Amino acid sequence: MTTSASGGRPAGAPAPAGRRPLRKADETPAGRRPPWVLLAPACAAALFALLPLGYLAVRAFERGPRFAWNVVGDERTLQLLTRSLSLTAVVVAASLVLGVSLAWLTVRTALPGARTWSVLVTLPLAVPSYVAAFTWLASAPRTAGFAGAALVLTLVSFPYVHLPVAAALRGIDPAQEEAARSLGHGPIRTFLRVTLPQLRPAAAGGALLVALYVLSDFGAVSLMRYDTFTRAIHTSYRASFDRTPAAALSVVLVVMTVALVAAETRTRGRAGHARTGGGAARPAVPVPLGPWRIPALAWCATLVAASVAFPLGTLGYWLAVGNSATWDLGTLGEAAWTTLGVAAAGAALTTLLALPVGVIAARHRGRGARLLEQAAYAGHALPGITVALSLVFFAVRYAYPLYQQLPLLIGAYAVLFLPVAVAATRAAVLQAPPVLEDVARSLGRSPLRVLREVTVPLAAPGVAAGAALTFVVCMKELPATLLLRPTDVDTLATRLWTETGSGSFAAAAPYAAALILLAAVPSYLLGRHRT
Amino acid sequence: MTDHGNELRIEQLTKSYSSGAPVLQGLDLTVPGGTLAAVLGPSGCGKTTLLRVIAGFLRADTGTVTLDGRTLAGPGVHLPPERRRIGIVPQEGALFPHLSVARNVAFGLTGLDSGGRRRRTADMLDLVGLAGYGDRMPHELSGGQQQRVALARALAPRPALVLLDEPFNALDSALRTGVRADVRSALRATGATALLVTHDQQEALSTADLVAVVRQGRVAQCDTPQDLYRRPADPWVAGFVGDAVLLPATVHGSGSTATTPLGTVALAAPSEGRSTGTVVLRPEQLQLTHADTEEAVRGTVRDVFYYGHDAKVTLSVQGVDDPVDVRVAGPLSVGPGQEAAIRVTGEATLHP
Repeated sequence: MTTSASGGRPAGAPAPAGRRPLRKADETPAGRRPPWVLLAPACAAALFALLPLGYLAVRAFERGPRFAWNVVGDERTLQLLTRSLSLTAVVVAASLVLGVSLAWLTVRTALPGARTWSVLVTLPLAVPSYVAAFTWLASAPRTAGFAGAALVLTLVSFPYVHLPVAAALRGIDPAQEEAARSLGHGPIRTFLRVTLPQLRPAAAGGALLVALYVLSDFGAVSLMRYDTFTRAIHTSYRASFDRTPAAALSVVLVVMTVALVAAETRTRGRAGHARTGGGAARPAVPVPLGPWRIPALAWCATLVAASVAFPLGTLGYWLAVGNSATWDLGTLGEAAWTTLGVAAAGAALTTLLALPVGVIAARHRGRGARLLEQAAYAGHALPGITVALSLVFFAVRYAYPLYQQLPLLIGAYAVLFLPVAVAATRAAVLQAPPVLEDVARSLGRSPLRVLREVTVPLAAPGVAAGAALTFVVCMKELPATLLLRPTDVDTLATRLWTETGSGSFAAAAPYAAALILLAAVPSYLLGRHRT
Repeated sequence: MTDHGNELRIEQLTKSYSSGAPVLQGLDLTVPGGTLAAVLGPSGCGKTTLLRVIAGFLRADTGTVTLDGRTLAGPGVHLPPERRRIGIVPQEGALFPHLSVARNVAFGLTGLDSGGRRRRTADMLDLVGLAGYGDRMPHELSGGQQQRVALARALAPRPALVLLDEPFNALDSALRTGVRADVRSALRATGATALLVTHDQQEALSTADLVAVVRQGRVAQCDTPQDLYRRPADPWVAGFVGDAVLLPATVHGSGSTATTPLGTVALAAPSEGRSTGTVVLRPEQLQLTHADTEEAVRGTVRDVFYYGHDAKVTLSVQGVDDPVDVRVAGPLSVGPGQEAAIRVTGEATLHP
């Protein structure tokens, strides 16, 4: 398993290594419809992911379409739209440049210490956007605003592009590039015309994750005091008991997400990115960097410094400045323990829900399968606070005992991070050649047993990597956790937020440091798993 | 196994893909029990679709498939793959990468206790010449070994039929002959009925007991390799299973000989009242003699292809539009531009 267990949108997966296409394009495995044992739980997961949308529909149109339309058509809303979209565009473009360049340098060139670098550049995944924002603000207050928000969001989200693109680069048969060279194309033209087009699905998948991340980010833009949709929604929720304006704004955000997902699906197209012909691909010969070695090293070092070393250094400074009186080891330990617990439960539930959806997305084409997959993506662009409030809404009405209890928070994590786990599962299942399932059927196994004995064991490493990534993002989640945690429960993220809110950087630093350290472990394992 | 067990019978099978393109168009095929049959056809002729319909991965639109008297597919019947007792050997083996060789082979042995499973696995590995390889992982085997494990895995549950989907394609040619021979003897030893899908006529002729040539979703001819080669049903089949020399012919009164631009040729079967047609000869039925031989037809050598064990000489002959191929064994005495005489031996088939 090499592919995009992380953000790597399945599209990033280099088609299951190079064997000949095992079925005709319009053939689904053994029958047209997925078996019920998959379809029923997948539909349940999709419906669960769609809950917040249902909530929005109820809330936004509670007072008639005209009222909602007035909120959406308001000049202030259009302004927010421009601000959100321009921030997204800049961060996506910058992440593509950083992610693709780092992937190429670490996978294809003779960069000294390439393996170490490829692990180091995945570490920003462990840095929550609000921690990064807080460290930049604490040392350079003038970064507040658009520039600061764009900088911070790029530095924390470029691994979403780097990881799938690096995996795709490893999957490309170097013989194709050699063929292009022998046909008279220089190295640059070869890269542009042969390599880059094959990276496009991986890069587009990563870019989609970055875009969704930016649209739904709350912590960094709030700290940087840059007004976007999420911040406006938050303010609106806080400002009054009237939930309709906020719901209407959320609807606009959902529309933008659907448009982005649709655009990404289009770039995926029908083209196969498999190798033709059998046999294993040879590993590519690393490109010598020559005089570019030093600039390439400097480029990697700068990015690692800005995205990992700088936040850690700043935290270290505040830890040193603070004294033991400002931090309380007991509270810290308790918060860390709670964080681990809720994140593990969140990752487990999310992975379980994602499994049937991911298998169907990988193995079955057609409108139904695509709809299921897209439904699973619904929650991702919703700001955490919207998801949280929708769950509160349903809990209060239909499942009161859950209200203000941990299961509700874990459910919110599942809605928010289902896309991450679905992408990982789909990519992992795609790596397992379908012909193996055919063989298992012919040897007397029922579809369900084939799933258990062949598909799942083969996909297990990729699914586990997806679970690890989900664990990391659950640990970092802030807005939904703030709203849904039982009153007496604190995670590292909520403690950090409370302390930063009251301006005590020194008191916040231990929580931030603990959070980064805990999140770094699975991130490090993910990076190593890929290399 | 008796001669009558495990017979595969396919009747009037049709299948179109959702794009509307018909793939199988009323295909009939009967493979007697214990026979190794080859399905030979150009790419796109429907042979892979046929295999997937037999295995149960695809549903046919109409037609029936019966195996050993059991209906596997027919009107209102579609047995799932796991209940068909059909083993498959896919291209490149497709071993389960997460299981050892022994556990791959034992994968289909669900009805046995662990001792029986172990014995059967060992027997099967022994059969394919890989005794002692049970603990290896698939990636530790060569391509040929993987292919043989795939065969052992397919044979282990004693299937009524084994389907082999171009199983030798991925092997290099030196290895291919050996693996082919091993696979054939393993199949013979178990007495299983087998269907080998291939586009390689050499492979079909040299490996199978029976060869079915498939063209556009139908069986164009199904015969023993010898009969297929010697008595092709039509010129297309003749050209597909080997090199062929096609000549215009006029039948003599008795109907047992015909006149061609290369002289008089004996016919393999009476002409049945046809007076003209096309005769098909094989290049090895033509012999080159000295240019001054009496009664022989002369031609000009255009090109020579030397293969070592023999050579193919291409000549142009008056009265024949296409170049005439002649297979020459032994030392070669002609070169391009020279004149040579051609003599025909053996019988030819006559086609309309």
